[in-house]
Amino acid sequence: MTGPTPSPTIAVCDVVKRFGRFAALRGISAEFDSGRFHAILGDNGAGKTTLLRALAGLAHPTEGTISIFGKSPRDACRDIGYMAHPSLLYDEMSGMENLRYFARLYGIPSDGRCSQVIRSVGLDPELVRPLGQYSQGMRQRLSLARALLHDPKILLLDEPFSNVDVHSAREMVGLLNRMHHAGQTIFVVTHQALLLEGVADEFVWMQAGQIVDRTASAQPAIGSGEGQ
Amino acid sequence: MNSLWAITLATLVKDIRLEWRSKDALNSMLFFSLLVVVIFVFSFDPLAEESRHIVGGLVWIAFLFAAITALNQTWARELRNQVLDAYRVSPAPANALFLAKALGNFIFVSVLEALMAPLFVIFYNLHVLGSVWQLIPIALLGTWALVVNGTFFAAMSLRTRNREIMLPLLLFPVSIPAVIGMVAGTTVILTGDGSAHFYIVLLLTYDVVFTTASLGLFETILHAE
Repeated sequence: MTGPTPSPTIAVCDVVKRFGRFAALRGISAEFDSGRFHAILGDNGAGKTTLLRALAGLAHPTEGTISIFGKSPRDACRDIGYMAHPSLLYDEMSGMENLRYFARLYGIPSDGRCSQVIRSVGLDPELVRPLGQYSQGMRQRLSLARALLHDPKILLLDEPFSNVDVHSAREMVGLLNRMHHAGQTIFVVTHQALLLEGVADEFVWMQAGQIVDRTASAQPAIGSGEGQ
Repeated sequence: MNSLWAITLATLVKDIRLEWRSKDALNSMLFFSLLVVVIFVFSFDPLAEESRHIVGGLVWIAFLFAAITALNQTWARELRNQVLDAYRVSPAPANALFLAKALGNFIFVSVLEALMAPLFVIFYNLHVLGSVWQLIPIALLGTWALVVNGTFFAAMSLRTRNREIMLPLLLFPVSIPAVIGMVAGTTVILTGDGSAHFYIVLLLTYDVVFTTASLGLFETILHAE
């Protein structure tokens, strides 16, 4: 006799997201298991960012439901770390000041965790200059550090390698790989699929607001113009 | 409840730090209020007895218009780099953000009032004939009335295309009862024509009603798309 089938970490059921008359997501249904590394690929306007924002609870589906560990994305917010394309950080504050503030939002009282997570992305927690004077690569790293601050089970990363040099991008991939091996579920929206070849467990291909394919490599089975 | 106040305090400290570094809101409010004082000094005879009757209105209208710049700034800095989304994905209560913003604006507008009040007294040659102490509750309750509604409507107009125009359009009509209370209360105190007790109660009631309504509705506003 077998026990009940465990529910997937994330269940997306018939999700439609419309902005006025434009449908960014058109009836997406998918299940994603925990502990896996998913790369979400597709052309501009394919709905990748909207899907990620829906998973983060920032975009409410017009139709359909999203369940994360059996809860709504809003209720599961402690389990989710979200990194957007913009930094989601204050330009006038230093890296440590930024993280200290966001740590308070998650009830993390000590600065130790902030220092630890800043070091983990390869930055110096003692850096006192404001974020506005950081390079794009440093901002991306600090943005990732903010997403990691509360040690989430699921990481949602929107184009973490954009505007980052190849060396820094590879370092970030290495960090994500270590987190993946530590058991975190990771979703990365990217146009640089080849960076994740051999790292991601699954490549999810989107086109015109729908998931058109899920493959184990960065080469699409159905042509979508990606994977370069 | 502890986390509400801890996050309110953390957000308030953060906002004061950002304002201290940029001085965006304070500088523009001060400059605007100074202009109002100077322009009206040249427009009216500051020695005239009538100044006691008009200064109540002048002071509060100047503060109301000046506060608009601070109120817009409050949320504008949350839109840069989409920082507001970081708050929205966190488990922090929405009302902590609202309270911190309202308290921050209250502090900024109070600082403005403290700096501008002596200038109004000097330029308009004011001598208070009523109970001076009643100016304190009128100022505190009146300022809170401005900022609590202003913070709420500024958040509401955040995603509109012309939010700088939208805020006064939403805020001014709703603020009319409070403005009447502030202006009439201040005038009564300056001229010594009776007690401002009624206006203090009016402002207190207004503050309780609109603070409660804003706290009740803010979560919907924060998570609206």
